[in-house]
Amino acid sequence: MTAVVSDQPAGQPAFVPGAPPPASLAADIWRGITRENPVLVQFLGMCPTMAVTNTLANGIAMGVATMFVLVGSGLLVSIFGKYLAHEVRITSYILIIATFVTLADLILAATFPDISKALGPFMPLIVANCLLLGRAEAFAAKVGPARAVADGVGMGLGFTASLSLLSAIRELLGRGSLLNHDLLGPRFEPWVFMVMPPGGFLTLGIALLGLATIIELRRRRAERAA
Amino acid sequence: MSNLAWIFVSTLLVNNFTLVMFLGLCSFFGVTAKIETAWRLGLANTFVLLLTAVGAWTLNTYVLGRTPFLRTIAFIVVVASGVQIVEMAVKKHFPVLFRQLGIYLPLITTNCAILGLALFQTARHYTLVESLVFAIGAGLGLTLALSLMASIRERIEVADVPVIARRMGLVLVVASCLSMAFMGFAGMGSAP
Repeated sequence: MTAVVSDQPAGQPAFVPGAPPPASLAADIWRGITRENPVLVQFLGMCPTMAVTNTLANGIAMGVATMFVLVGSGLLVSIFGKYLAHEVRITSYILIIATFVTLADLILAATFPDISKALGPFMPLIVANCLLLGRAEAFAAKVGPARAVADGVGMGLGFTASLSLLSAIRELLGRGSLLNHDLLGPRFEPWVFMVMPPGGFLTLGIALLGLATIIELRRRRAERAA
Repeated sequence: MSNLAWIFVSTLLVNNFTLVMFLGLCSFFGVTAKIETAWRLGLANTFVLLLTAVGAWTLNTYVLGRTPFLRTIAFIVVVASGVQIVEMAVKKHFPVLFRQLGIYLPLITTNCAILGLALFQTARHYTLVESLVFAIGAGLGLTLALSLMASIRERIEVADVPVIARRMGLVLVVASCLSMAFMGFAGMGSAP
């Protein structure tokens, strides 16, 4: 029994409502697109990022569906979060998220059956996207409904923008088309590698290396100026 | 029997969960800094995968026959409780491992590989035995991918790489090369 008692402080972090610093709604939205971009900066939600970005249409659909779930679950978590017992809060968040994912899944299947078929099991897999649980626990549960929705919109837009960028690169190089419109003409030899799994890792890897180069150059310029 | 062998080899190598199907990437990038932690997390995942396979098959066969739209919600509850059981068991019997895995143990809940396994075995109408073989193949495939990645990253750690590649960029390019290597197994047959 003693072991359990001594384990208690380490295993259970104190539940301090460390609310994020106050900010305007516009700042909450802008943060998700730029400085805290879920894909390019935080590396959250990697699985859908890689798996569905082989065509631009799939990337946009996944981004918009994730944004819908982010906004919906953020709103509910921020309203009901304070009534949930501490021990079951994660499970409750997951149930809220799963409900919105089921909604998004059914709506997509009814409106765009082709895209829904192409995404396949990756649509219900949005539940397991760490971005959603992360935002619910770290942000939505600690602020009011308006800010939670703004954060959801911002993170969703950032996610959609990153996915669109990656999928546009992959579709253009891998098939020579964008949104199924042939752009590069019949003489272009499709770089099939890009729409296959290794191409996903490579595209994001090169994007991150590019981003790191820009940050490093800026840092050096600032050092020289100082 | 040959069907079972095919499912095993297919999930272990040809359609490796992490490197070809993109499932479980968070732990793939998050806990592959040290090889001991990596393969232990892989085995913990395998255990949760087995529990999930049985749970999802039971739910599908006996409970969810007429309400397929409740699958996502029901599966995630099975996964979350399975992870909770494993977490308690590991904390009691392997306290050192518990501390090493840290936040990534509860995060198995949001590991897409687990939920993905439940969804794929449903979509492919596997029987109970097939589901179990599928889970073992997926778990060992995950362990294999995590160990490979961790071994490479331990070497990168002591290498002199450019400043811009010190963070995730290089790791992703390495993952791309690993994934390319696994694409070589695609010649062994088409997906079932």
